[in-house]
Amino acid sequence: MQIWDPTYECMPREEMEQLQLERLQATLNRVYKNVTCYRTKFKESGIVPEDVRSLADLSKLPFTTKEDLRLNYPYGMFAVPLREVVRIHSSSGTTGKPTVVGYTKHDVKVWSNLVARFMTAAGVNSDDVVQIAFGYGLFTGAFGLHYGSELIGASVIPMGAGNTEKQIMIMQDYRTTALVSTPSYAVTLAERMEKMGIDPKALSLKVGLFGGEPWSESMRREIEARLGISATDNYGLSEVIGPGVAGECPCKCGMHISEDAFIAEIIDPDTGKTLPPGSVGELVLTSLTKEAFPMVRYRTRDITSLDYGKCDCGRTTVRMKKTMGRSDDMLIIKGVNVYPSQIEDVLFAVEGCQPHYQLVVDRKGALDTLEIRIEVTENIFFDEMKLQKAFLDSVERKIDSVLGVGAVVKLVEPHSIPRAEGKANRVIDNRKI
Amino acid sequence: MLKIKNINAYYGKVHALKNVSLHLNRGEIVTLIGANGAGKTTLLNALSGIIPTESGEIALEGKGITGLSADRVVSLGLSQVPEGRQVFNPLTVEENLELGAYLRYRSGGQKGEITADIQHMFRMFPRLEERRKQAAGTLSGGEQQMLAIGRALMARPKLLLLDEPSMGLAPLVVQDIFKVIQRLREEEGTTILLVEQNARAALKVADRGYVLETGKVILEGIASELLENKDVQRAYLGRDKKEIWER
Repeated sequence: MQIWDPTYECMPREEMEQLQLERLQATLNRVYKNVTCYRTKFKESGIVPEDVRSLADLSKLPFTTKEDLRLNYPYGMFAVPLREVVRIHSSSGTTGKPTVVGYTKHDVKVWSNLVARFMTAAGVNSDDVVQIAFGYGLFTGAFGLHYGSELIGASVIPMGAGNTEKQIMIMQDYRTTALVSTPSYAVTLAERMEKMGIDPKALSLKVGLFGGEPWSESMRREIEARLGISATDNYGLSEVIGPGVAGECPCKCGMHISEDAFIAEIIDPDTGKTLPPGSVGELVLTSLTKEAFPMVRYRTRDITSLDYGKCDCGRTTVRMKKTMGRSDDMLIIKGVNVYPSQIEDVLFAVEGCQPHYQLVVDRKGALDTLEIRIEVTENIFFDEMKLQKAFLDSVERKIDSVLGVGAVVKLVEPHSIPRAEGKANRVIDNRKI
Repeated sequence: MLKIKNINAYYGKVHALKNVSLHLNRGEIVTLIGANGAGKTTLLNALSGIIPTESGEIALEGKGITGLSADRVVSLGLSQVPEGRQVFNPLTVEENLELGAYLRYRSGGQKGEITADIQHMFRMFPRLEERRKQAAGTLSGGEQQMLAIGRALMARPKLLLLDEPSMGLAPLVVQDIFKVIQRLREEEGTTILLVEQNARAALKVADRGYVLETGKVILEGIASELLENKDVQRAYLGRDKKEIWER
């Protein structure tokens, strides 16, 4: 069993806590000096960096939220001048404006190394041929895995998302051994192979590294059985670094968090109180090594729990469970983050008023589908089919361009969407994850 | 080897060290870099017990040494080579080395062992043997620095603190001193905490480094990575770059 960075991955707890404290204090001194948002927030809470004398003192600091990132759009949260930033990524935002994140040269190096750790843990080595079926572009996923693979010395195929038949052809011809994609896309690939009469087990594929959306143990078993591979989970979010926060080892008993780079806390999403080890709650992350875009107590909104128990693989780092949901109303559809409020904004822009609507999310085979039901009002009333169709088409186009994910829009009878206490139940999620 | 948590120290009324935490692993060379007045020497003096700490914990090999007197700290295995060398000018080279072992004499150390250690220093620094009967004040700056290091080593420290060893020395002599620092780690296995104005040279021999700014640590990292850090380059390597340019 290979370990990429044993110094840090197998560090005794006491040494790790010393290192975390040193890096935390240095990070706080830097953000206080260089980032107005943090300085203001610390002052509002009556705190200076020197007040943090232990890891437990972290809970005195204010949280950072997606809203903070939005208010400081685009570069307000950067801790270095833009000329030192070598890469900019971005993620979909709640209300139109995306969040912008930056990396220095050193940040990219650290990022690659963190990804190399979990890829090694999953079983990837320099002999592997890694096919990356994540979308390149502004999302962090593909680039993170790309750099990690290169650092390990594996051969990278930067395939990008979609184009299923070509993916399969390349997988066969180039003898891909490791697949990087969303878990649902892995199922799509398996299904397509079956249709094409290709036996996945006759391919060279041996491991899968899946992330970008929540998935269950039963889905893991399905992927492993159908593709004949070892399927591992990994976790990350672009606001914090992208992939590389945590990943599974062969024990598949939780994702090891790279604690020399991040401090993980679990809080009660309603009260903001830090919860004791083992509790289920919202994951809060603080970066310890990032230069361009440090994050102090970022509320990920992902619900999970932490396990500090010993792991059979020899790593001493804390493990986080597969994420079990969200503490906000965000939906993850085909790996894309979607907030109902974004859809509301589009509908408002199209019609000039707030309609009653409902989102129905389902999973057909392995692929997520999104249906938007809108109640007909006087504003949206067509006696001509042609006009109605044009209207629906334009809404679908808008939704697609704002969310980055397609939806089917349907008109329904007035008052057909059930209301609870006057407010419509906006989201029906029929997926069984 | 050494673990420091939240040290605070004052220099008169100036709050010179603010919550400084750092650690050294066995056999590591770690450097502290920072501008004048950042608190580097204060930190070394606080470790050696020369100045008191207001709060915080210092542990050498798991043993708390916070608040101990300087001689206790030396006997526990921590020796400091002070800034500006501070050799005893009227005494001979040999006598300076003997004084380095003073605590060993006092605690009943074997005279034979100490004499053997002096011979060992002479093997390590042949120039000192050539000048063994000469008054230390008549040595060149580089030789005095070697003597100051040798004197500190005579206490057989586990951890050596070096304060500005290249200060006021000619470039070629500076190279020699840095070679000595590397040899100490390789041949003697000594763990070294190095404070240097010459940040570039220090980062080249060190494994890791901490950057101090107005009494606070603002960066910790692998030495080679700190060399590439833009903040470090701007603040601490700029002068070196200019020197190279003008040469």
